[in-house]
Amino acid sequence: MKKSILSRKSGKHGRQHRRHMLYTMGRRSWSVVRGVIIAGICFLILYPTLVKLSLSFMPDKDIFDVTVRYVPKSPTLENYKTVLSAMRFGPSFWNTLKLSTMTSLMQLISCTLIGYGFARFKFWGRGFLFALVIITMIVPPQTLMLPLYLHFQSFDILGIISAITGKGGIRLLDSYWPFILMSLTGMGLKNGLYIYIMRQFFRGMPRELEEAAYVDGAGMLRTFAQIMLPSAVPAMVTVFLFSFVWQWTDTFYSNLFLINTTVLAKTAANVSNQIAKDMVQVVGAEIYLPPAISSMYTNTASLLVILPLVVLYMFAQKRFVESIERTGIVG
Amino acid sequence: MKVPVLSDKLMKTSSAPKKKRRSGLDLTRKRAMMGYVFVMPFIIGLITFFLVPMIQTVIFSFNNLETVPGGYRLIPKGIENYRKAFLSDANFTRNLVDSLLYMFTNVPLILIFSFFAANLLNQKFRGRGLARAIFFLPVILTSGVMLVIDSGDMLQAAYGIAQPETQEGAFRAVELVRLLLRSRLSPTFIDYVISAVDRIYEIVSASGVQILVFLAGLQSISPSLFEASNMEGATGWENFWKITFPMVSPLILVNTVYSIIDTLTNPANALMDQIRTTAFSRNDFGLSAAMALVYFFAIMAVIGIVVWLISKVVFYYE
Repeated sequence: MKKSILSRKSGKHGRQHRRHMLYTMGRRSWSVVRGVIIAGICFLILYPTLVKLSLSFMPDKDIFDVTVRYVPKSPTLENYKTVLSAMRFGPSFWNTLKLSTMTSLMQLISCTLIGYGFARFKFWGRGFLFALVIITMIVPPQTLMLPLYLHFQSFDILGIISAITGKGGIRLLDSYWPFILMSLTGMGLKNGLYIYIMRQFFRGMPRELEEAAYVDGAGMLRTFAQIMLPSAVPAMVTVFLFSFVWQWTDTFYSNLFLINTTVLAKTAANVSNQIAKDMVQVVGAEIYLPPAISSMYTNTASLLVILPLVVLYMFAQKRFVESIERTGIVG
Repeated sequence: MKVPVLSDKLMKTSSAPKKKRRSGLDLTRKRAMMGYVFVMPFIIGLITFFLVPMIQTVIFSFNNLETVPGGYRLIPKGIENYRKAFLSDANFTRNLVDSLLYMFTNVPLILIFSFFAANLLNQKFRGRGLARAIFFLPVILTSGVMLVIDSGDMLQAAYGIAQPETQEGAFRAVELVRLLLRSRLSPTFIDYVISAVDRIYEIVSASGVQILVFLAGLQSISPSLFEASNMEGATGWENFWKITFPMVSPLILVNTVYSIIDTLTNPANALMDQIRTTAFSRNDFGLSAAMALVYFFAIMAVIGIVVWLISKVVFYYE
């Protein structure tokens, strides 16, 4: 390898020039290839959503028209009207917004505290507890579904509540309490991952920061609140966005704990049934939705679910990507 | 940890007894206590929302659950539920094997793709910000309910968006198939490559988080390493295998575990759905608990083996 450098230095001007040309040509052709690959992947990612978008403007007859592929012949907003009313969009949106904001804020608080605890304090059983954090990630939520359901059906802490009220526990199903309680204790959806992210972040921060604060006489809580938290903002943004998005589209916990409360993810998955039901009331008879039509409705509904998230993402994506780069999930 | 150690020594030599009487705790102990305070929410959650339910699930799996007014009654059944899951349930074993096979084919592809994509996105080119934004979009586009809606959707299949069930993508590579068949490679390998091409959307859309992790890793590699090796005349190819790859190899472990969990516990998974419907539509809670536990141990076993295998190869910088 050393030889080649020497020869390049002492070589004739012509050879050097040719080498340079080859190099720039290689560079340029790579950048073309790279451009094609990236454009291709971007198309691949966007294609399904674009198809959904064009489908959502098609009237029924366009769906069955073989000559219509991507561009609707007579674009209509009728589908959106039907789907919006079947999804009970107003109240569902409001409920989802409340639920997602609340849970993601609480998960952010609890996971930050827990992550800091794991990263910076030595205590007996720390390794074991952290292994359990990983295990909570691995366990499919279905495993715990039934006991949790029963648990919240008659919620009780060590029999205290039933002792006070005199009859069983309180029914917490169909309220936000299960979400609140689980988020505050770092047991919500994918919280193991958030704890992991926060721990890795705090571990990567220089210890000198804290030591300086201690020397200046700050206590541990104050050091955490005034020194560590402000620097942890990038990681916290990441965790908040992840938990907001995943809570927004989650069907598992919302199907389990919310029975009559509508949230977007639930109503979207069920939208074609709901439309058929709504039609019964209008027409007065059982209506059969052709599979293609019900599929079109479901796809339109799915667009409406992600629309608010995409708007949020457009505003936050720059910070989001940057924050992840600075998060050092890597450790 | 410099400070606590230092003050520990101070305490021991001069004023230890006095201080101890005053505060009751030395600094290491105090820090340990603080650690418990910070982790306390997790300990509470772990016990009430994880360990207790887990034990209950184990108990349920050996019983038959009967709902009675104001609660439920357990009827002991021994290992009957497990026997039922494996021997008489028509779908359970098939779903279990299918999910595991699906995971084993997809996870390597996800890892390769996300590593490749992270390397692409780490280079400098015009429109990089936009490309990054789009590459991470699947985190939103295919989360939760979206995955449920998209799997097996009729119109999407008609428009050539790859469906896990039908495996017919718009991007069916007929020419590629012919080329590969002529190349005399082993048919299994060819099948794998073709199936990968067919499922490219699935793979791309499952790679969002992994790309982020790899990207963060790539950016944490100190540029001085590359400068040094460039001075020695290393080519880009050599740089990649001798610096980039070893430096991000710990992240391969992280990403493998994440991908395995993600594919096995995603809401469109047939087995997850079966566990849910067994409990809530068929009201067979015992059987559902048994299935869930079997699945959990299968996942644990897979992750255990994979982690063990990978950690033998991984290179740690420190």
